[in-house]
Amino acid sequence: MLSRSASLTNGHFFNAVLAAGDPYLGDGSVDLGDVILAIAKAIIAFVVLLVAVMLMVWFERKVVSRLQNRIGPNVAGPFGILQTLADGIKLFFKEDIIPTRADRFVFQLAPYLALVPAFLTFTIIPIAGDFSDGQNGAVTIFGRETFVQVADLPVGILFFLAMSSLAVYGIMLAGWSSGSKYPLLGSVRASAQAISYEAALGLSLASVLLVAGSLSTNEIVQAQAGEGFGGIIPRWNLIVTGLIPFVVFVISGTAELNRPPFDFVEAEQELVGGFHTEYSSIRFSLFFLAEFMNTVTMSAIIVTLFLGGPAGPNFGFLPGWLWGFVWFFLKLLIFLFMFVWFRATLPRLRYDQLMDLGWKVLIPLSLAWLLLLAAIRQARNGVWEYGGSAFNSTLLALAIGTGLTVIGVGLLGLAIRSARDERLRAAGLVAVAGVSDSGLEGED
Amino acid sequence: MVDIIVFLISAAIILGGAAGVIASNHPVHAALSLVATFFGVAVLFVQQSAHFLALVQVVVYAGAIVVLFLFVIMLLGVDETEDLTVEPLGGQRQLAGILGVLVLGLILGGLFVAGPGGDRGALALTGQQSKTLPIELDESESDVQLLAEDLFTRNVVAFEATALLLTIATVGAVVLVRNQGGEDVVVDEPGTASA
Repeated sequence: MLSRSASLTNGHFFNAVLAAGDPYLGDGSVDLGDVILAIAKAIIAFVVLLVAVMLMVWFERKVVSRLQNRIGPNVAGPFGILQTLADGIKLFFKEDIIPTRADRFVFQLAPYLALVPAFLTFTIIPIAGDFSDGQNGAVTIFGRETFVQVADLPVGILFFLAMSSLAVYGIMLAGWSSGSKYPLLGSVRASAQAISYEAALGLSLASVLLVAGSLSTNEIVQAQAGEGFGGIIPRWNLIVTGLIPFVVFVISGTAELNRPPFDFVEAEQELVGGFHTEYSSIRFSLFFLAEFMNTVTMSAIIVTLFLGGPAGPNFGFLPGWLWGFVWFFLKLLIFLFMFVWFRATLPRLRYDQLMDLGWKVLIPLSLAWLLLLAAIRQARNGVWEYGGSAFNSTLLALAIGTGLTVIGVGLLGLAIRSARDERLRAAGLVAVAGVSDSGLEGED
Repeated sequence: MVDIIVFLISAAIILGGAAGVIASNHPVHAALSLVATFFGVAVLFVQQSAHFLALVQVVVYAGAIVVLFLFVIMLLGVDETEDLTVEPLGGQRQLAGILGVLVLGLILGGLFVAGPGGDRGALALTGQQSKTLPIELDESESDVQLLAEDLFTRNVVAFEATALLLTIATVGAVVLVRNQGGEDVVVDEPGTASA
């Protein structure tokens, strides 16, 4: 205890309590300030996200209205900006109904299972900080160097994947526990969709990780900061990874969010309201909140991974970290608008089209691109020596890679075609035998 | 102290979940209890600074495998409470109980023989020296790097063989469930079925 008594001389009762409890907390490496900082960051992140969601709902309604030649909400507050608040209050005062056939415990648990991962993902996103001139984006608060994100996990971006795979539970259990058929169908669709598109999401993510050389979100942003190509084009992963992973990520991200054109989970024409048909009042508003939180968070993840997050030039006259926030916010806005634009313009796909796109296009594409990218990087780093220079070996890797890709695409196409022929042949036999003729009608 | 508190809480979650898996009358509740167990294990991994393992635990087990369990439960409609008085295998409960006690006794016995500290626990249980300990760990490297280096250098053959095995298993499953008789085939390809 002698070595720890040093912290007692500071007169901090708190430190003494910590010292009695745990050597790591009590030896001065972690003190009251750090604890307060961590708690404050979490609270601020939560509030920022809630306000962002409130504005996002308003933004979406307003933009969709304008795209459909309507005015949209314009009564509550200036430009109708308080409409979300009014709707929220209305929802909270509605009657909370639990169906008699529902599984009560799971039914009540599901909204929180949807909400918590949506918020937790936001904690790994750097939302501000000065990354210009090789700085690492750290700011000094209370004399402590810290990043403007709740936590910079060493496995940061995997945490995003973990949370997005957990978010399925909320939807799935909500649909199942309602004890009603449309919600169940919606939730079965949801889980199939999420599992399919998570693979494409993870594979396109792997390209970014390959280029950045780190899982930490802060280091991914750092890798994209700094002098770009020719001084003008930024060193964003969007360009460094060659656009394909970005496109795949945005498409599978939209599917992961269950947003149009992939909103099969709550397709009104087919499933009434989908998985949340039986929900009302606060529980319904929690699903609503989670959905928009996920939209904001997914946009922020795209910005972090592909557009350099808060990294950007520092023009002075504002504190450096604030420039980071300005750049982050502007980039975020692009993607929020993009998601709204998708919703306003794209009709919903058919379910088999969704599965075809995920399994037969996006997954092979992102896998092939990842392998090609890895081969090119190895060649450029001079791991293989061919023709005496890294340039020659890069060309060779590119040629072999392209050749292999063409062969792979050909084989895949052949496999899909022969499988289809096989099925058609089998179906044709059935039709001849007259067992099931009507099942084939109307499939055109 | 904090270590012990974290361990006790996660141990309670793990054991509670494990008890829930076998005690629940409802398959969905059992699956959810399994998720709780996986989470407890993930927390223990984090406590051991194995962040990567913890997240893989959540992504793979909680995020994918149990979701598939639930998927099957929902699709097959076995979610009505089953009649638990019917025993598909006679005497399996008694056998399971005896086996459980024996395994627990084996583990506890091994631990008591080994005593605290070192790799003597592995020696007592398996009769072999632990092969994991002699690796010199470079503390400066992250667990992701350590794991990757180990998987892709020393154990690359086993790693690739496992990947191949899983692929074969997937293909095998598809072949097994394929409808051989040619009945009840649903043509879901648009624009091709011109019957």
